[in-house]
Amino acid sequence: MNNKENKNNKEYQKLVKEASPDSPIFKNCLKAFFSGGLICCIGQFLMNIFSTYGLVADSRNMLVSVILIGLASLLTGLGWYSKIGKFCGAGSVVPITGFSNSVTAPAIEYKKEGFVLGLGAKIFTVAGPVILYGTLASIVVGIIYYFVG
Amino acid sequence: MDYIKAFVVGGGICVLGQILIDKTKLTSARILVLFVVLGCLLGGLGWYDKLVDFAGAGATVPLPGFGNLLAKGVKAEVDRYGFSGALTGGLKSASGGITAAIVFAFLAAVIFKPKEK
Repeated sequence: MNNKENKNNKEYQKLVKEASPDSPIFKNCLKAFFSGGLICCIGQFLMNIFSTYGLVADSRNMLVSVILIGLASLLTGLGWYSKIGKFCGAGSVVPITGFSNSVTAPAIEYKKEGFVLGLGAKIFTVAGPVILYGTLASIVVGIIYYFVG
Repeated sequence: MDYIKAFVVGGGICVLGQILIDKTKLTSARILVLFVVLGCLLGGLGWYDKLVDFAGAGATVPLPGFGNLLAKGVKAEVDRYGFSGALTGGLKSASGGITAAIVFAFLAAVIFKPKEK
């Protein structure tokens, strides 16, 4: 029974694939390329400005990230980021603005469930995994670096 | 010229993400995790910094750049404090980004109402 269901499911998936209009993947990639590239250019613009004020690379890059994060938060609050995101696809997910959006959106949505277990907990819905696995990866890098140099 | 490099490299990294979304049905949360971890590992090998030197914001603004920051931080702390640096370096270097993200998110949540879908 289970097998048969699986088979039917597979055939159905195949039918769906054939019936779908020609794969939009190329179009999606173009959109992601231009929107993602544009966000990086905004970052480059900010970077160049801060460079003229003589900031060192690390604090300059940090400031650029903070500004982009703030802008994305604001756009998310206004409800625009999800609209932009529908067009941009990965172009709005992969830049640091996408991280900011994924922190802000659940915070706003779950505010009604309270400031502690609503906003406070759900703010880490995506940030939590990113911080967890990023930290784990950094520890691995740190230990290997300690022994290998 | 630096704008062209930032545009092409940053756009290219986003195309990788788009291909993963379209081909593997990975959710965007998984893409975020994957890219940060990848950036951290590439940063550990010292490769990502070469991309940063070449593309500037095109490499630092996408999420692998955030992962690279973790790797750079952990290496600097190991250099300074030895083995314990492996525990403290990552979050230390990422603290600016994480703090900004949660503070702005909190402010936005206080100010804005959820949008009806």
